[in-house]
Amino acid sequence: MITLEGVSKSYSTGAPALNNVSLHIDEGEFVFVVGDSGSGKSTLIKLLLRELLPTAGNITVNGTDVVHLKHRKIPKFRRNIGVVFQDFRLLKDRNVYENVAFAQRVVQIPSKQIKKNVPSILSVVGLAGKYKAKPRQLSGGEQQRVALARALVNKPPILLADEPTGNLDPKNSWEIMKLLEEINSKGTTVLVVTHNREIVNTMKKRVITMHKGIVANDEKEGLYNDEV
Amino acid sequence: MRFSTLIYTFKQGLKNIFRNKWYSLASIATIGACLFMFGIFYAVVANFQYIVKGAQDGVAVTVFFKEETSEETIAEVGKLIENRPEVSHIKYVSAEEAWNGFKDEYLGEYAEGFDAEGDNPLKDSSNYEIYLQDVSQQGALVKYLETIESIRMVNKSDITANALSGVNRLVGYVSVGIIAILLGVSVFLISNTVTIGIAVRKEEISIMKYIGATDFFVRSPFVIEGVLIGFVGAVFPLAIIYVVYNNIIAFVIERFTVLSNFLKFLPVDDIFKILLPVSIVLGVGIGFLGSYITVRKHIRV
Repeated sequence: MITLEGVSKSYSTGAPALNNVSLHIDEGEFVFVVGDSGSGKSTLIKLLLRELLPTAGNITVNGTDVVHLKHRKIPKFRRNIGVVFQDFRLLKDRNVYENVAFAQRVVQIPSKQIKKNVPSILSVVGLAGKYKAKPRQLSGGEQQRVALARALVNKPPILLADEPTGNLDPKNSWEIMKLLEEINSKGTTVLVVTHNREIVNTMKKRVITMHKGIVANDEKEGLYNDEV
Repeated sequence: MRFSTLIYTFKQGLKNIFRNKWYSLASIATIGACLFMFGIFYAVVANFQYIVKGAQDGVAVTVFFKEETSEETIAEVGKLIENRPEVSHIKYVSAEEAWNGFKDEYLGEYAEGFDAEGDNPLKDSSNYEIYLQDVSQQGALVKYLETIESIRMVNKSDITANALSGVNRLVGYVSVGIIAILLGVSVFLISNTVTIGIAVRKEEISIMKYIGATDFFVRSPFVIEGVLIGFVGAVFPLAIIYVVYNNIIAFVIERFTVLSNFLKFLPVDDIFKILLPVSIVLGVGIGFLGSYITVRKHIRV
């Protein structure tokens, strides 16, 4: 589903953010990517979204050669990837329903279909009763669920989560992780970048540890590893 | 594009205007001011040209024929002249008409003494008065007339012709220059308004990119915003000009009665036949151009 072969990324200043990284993630896998700040996790996400191009190497996502992807084909490619962020990135002037419907409008789903899909995905994330609420009226956990609903409403085969529990308390963090696990169990490939040791150690999923731009460790049913 | 997407895009464009209502108002006011000045310029230039055209109609070239030129030859030459592209129309003045005209104008009651001799003193004075399409073409026509053998003399008024065509050209250049500057300023202002709109909606745009929106989808609301601002900016000055035009003309004629004897102004409907579509196209065009340049520069997924 996701393959990186000898991928390096250098910015104009400083050391390379990624240095000759190779890894493969199968369809339906659940993977944690852990590492210190500056280890290259965010660069990895940006490369997978084709927000950045690598300096060297090849990237394939869902059968698409990302490096040689033509600019006009980027939007269609991104529709295969749902993405959630630490800061939720919700539209503050729109309610829950509109935030989720927005993702469908952007990809030009007919209005009739949107009216069916949005309540359905909101019930999956447990927010069916709060569709009229504005983001500021919701807790952090609820806001992240809205973001999750928005990422999933277009049914992408891949979900990227960049520190999804970074702004949440332990209880809400676990709820979000359970949701991600549930989504994964239905076939979506999930890649979670996180600093949350407890979650990583408890869930016993594949853990890719990054350090100074390289893959320092890659373990099935791994643990959060500080000693790299 | 789906109809529902079109409606959504249009609504977003409209919302953008209200979200940055002060900047939108500033843009509308500036475009409005530019197009108002354009409208005023156009009205002045159109009236000026109308008046000049009226004056040109009075400027004629007169050709006289050599002695003993036959009536047939004169008629033939008349046809040749009439077919020239520079010529609007011609008027034949026979020797008798020329003499009667001269008598009426200069001799009055003393004319009888001249008549008594029997012969027409102006017997070789049958002529054509030639009226031009455009006085600036007078030189070319005169050159042609001088090549016709049966023509004895060509009377022309160089000063009037040159002055009229010169003023006409000057007014044209000055107004095109001023309008070009105003339009440039308008494009710049629209671009600024759209840039601010983009800055305000930076987060929304970044979310759109992650979700998989196309450049076209992200850019369209901003372009619609620009076009709407341009359109509204064009409608206001048109309405004002429509209302004040007649009042100004009435005021000028009433205040400067001396002018009204030789100045004729265009009716407002004649002005609007050109001004309305041109202003709307300019307003919408400025809006489109300003916003399109800006979104191309700032928004790329």
